[in-house]
Amino acid sequence: MTTIRAAFLPLTDSAVLIAAREKGFAAAEGIDLELVRTTSWATLRDRLVYGQVHTAHMLAPLAVAVTLGLSQQPAALAAPFKLNLNGNMLVMAADFAAALEPDLPRRLADPLAAAHDFAAAIGLHRRKPIIGVVHRFSSHALTLRYWLASAGIDPDRDVVLRVLPPSLMVEASRSGEIDGFIAGDPWPSAAIEQGLVEAVALGARIWQRGVEKVLAFRSQWMEENAETVDRLLVALTAAARWCDEPVNRPELAALLAEPRHVNQPAAIIERSLQGLVVPRQGAAPVETPDFLLFHREATAFPWRSQALWIYSQLVRWRQVAPSAKAEQAAAAVFRPDIYRRALGDSDVAMPGASMKLEGAVSNPIGVGTYRGALTLGPDRFFDGRVFDPEHVGDYLTGFEGTRQNIED
Amino acid sequence: MRIVIVDDSGLRASVLEEGLREAGQDDIHVVPPRGAFVAQIERMAPDVVLMDLGSPSRDTLEEMLLVSRALARPIAMFVDQSDETMIGAAIDAGVSAYVVDGLRKERVKPIIELAVRRFNAFARMQAELDEARTALADRKTIDKAKAILMTGRGLSEPDAYALLRTTAMNQGRRIVEVAEALITASALLGGKP
Repeated sequence: MTTIRAAFLPLTDSAVLIAAREKGFAAAEGIDLELVRTTSWATLRDRLVYGQVHTAHMLAPLAVAVTLGLSQQPAALAAPFKLNLNGNMLVMAADFAAALEPDLPRRLADPLAAAHDFAAAIGLHRRKPIIGVVHRFSSHALTLRYWLASAGIDPDRDVVLRVLPPSLMVEASRSGEIDGFIAGDPWPSAAIEQGLVEAVALGARIWQRGVEKVLAFRSQWMEENAETVDRLLVALTAAARWCDEPVNRPELAALLAEPRHVNQPAAIIERSLQGLVVPRQGAAPVETPDFLLFHREATAFPWRSQALWIYSQLVRWRQVAPSAKAEQAAAAVFRPDIYRRALGDSDVAMPGASMKLEGAVSNPIGVGTYRGALTLGPDRFFDGRVFDPEHVGDYLTGFEGTRQNIED
Repeated sequence: MRIVIVDDSGLRASVLEEGLREAGQDDIHVVPPRGAFVAQIERMAPDVVLMDLGSPSRDTLEEMLLVSRALARPIAMFVDQSDETMIGAAIDAGVSAYVVDGLRKERVKPIIELAVRRFNAFARMQAELDEARTALADRKTIDKAKAILMTGRGLSEPDAYALLRTTAMNQGRRIVEVAEALITASALLGGKP
């Protein structure tokens, strides 16, 4: 048995790692997977960067940011496997949400309209709304900024973004420290269940196939332990397939609910695994089948174009200065080559390309593969823009005018 | 040198503060990580911030350090990035440190080392306390089971204990587990719990 230590945060999308350990998928590959529960992204990052763990359940933008030297000690990180797509939700307190579309399914179905309503609500609110985000370098923060800006809201000027770890969001909502927050489940659903907030926008409606958590390694360790990494990826693929099977959801929810994992009620966790979003306490659930994906549509495949989309957003919000070198380094964080090497002999569908247009698929579409049939689901952004990874500059130019240059 | 300790556990913070004072530091402030604690730290303009690595509020603190205009110089984690042993010891002990960039290494290193020692001592103290509590609870359970055997079967105290011990040995269980089972069974059969 090879021991691999993996750090995770208590979130529903840590499911694949937890199932890999608890359902024996890791052991079947000769891996003793030790899970290290962590409560902040900073500590998860430090444990990985300083070698206290071999791998981590990490925010994809954080892996890019650490590699680019934007988050404390710089370190070359590599993500050969994505742990999920989607799973986030923006929720706001009822007094703020009162100015939004009252028909909840309609509100959630049309994020563009919701963004404009949100802009109007800011004007009606007694002060700038304070929105909790889990980390500066999170998909949540990047998609929230994108969504706000689409309605002319400057996320650095018109709202206050406050960084809080996901597990403290519910308490901060109760105490009124924040007016709402965007986070991964079960935390938004838990806050709704307690009647503190209501759903305003779903990650899966802002970007239908949004990049979220990755399995991150230190590049050097990953290169030096190729054989172990390959076995881990095989184990996680089996675990991800198991997690996506509807019949396994009650068991998965019960596992995640345990205090040593997520420590939230199984009923709330199971609902989001089923793609049922209860938008307000006691309201009828809104069916969102793609609320959270683990395996289908080659979810785990680390498309380089998705790393580049993250880079484009870091540039857009002036968190990194644009350069060919940074662009290359960001793209290189995602490692489809390792994914191919590890899973080359398995039966998973293997995409033929490593980059694709992001946001171009409106209806499920079959794509070229080396092996097996692969259908990609709709991956559109709510505003209909398409990200071409070959032309990051043009993509960014397209946003000009939707954000004021406050420093000019 | 101004040192801020961010800690939820008042006891650990005072263990650390005491150590730092003994080492000659006198500008020490303890801030619990609640509410608007980052604004408070920003006003204090510390040279060193010590925080429990396990605190969920680290992300909030780091964000403040990144965007703060009041704290002129950037703050970096750990004193000497090349000192792997020290970083390992700090992470194992659960200490995270943010230090004003430019502060001389020789000045900060002893502070972090002291924090590591004190955090470790505190963790040991906690473990011993937990152990003592468990031992006390175990003894109470065994005493209760002995009493049941003494009244129920008219045994002497040493015989009651011997019976529990033999049963535990035969079943490969701990004495306290056998005692718990006996108490439960006795309660189910209508005996006094």
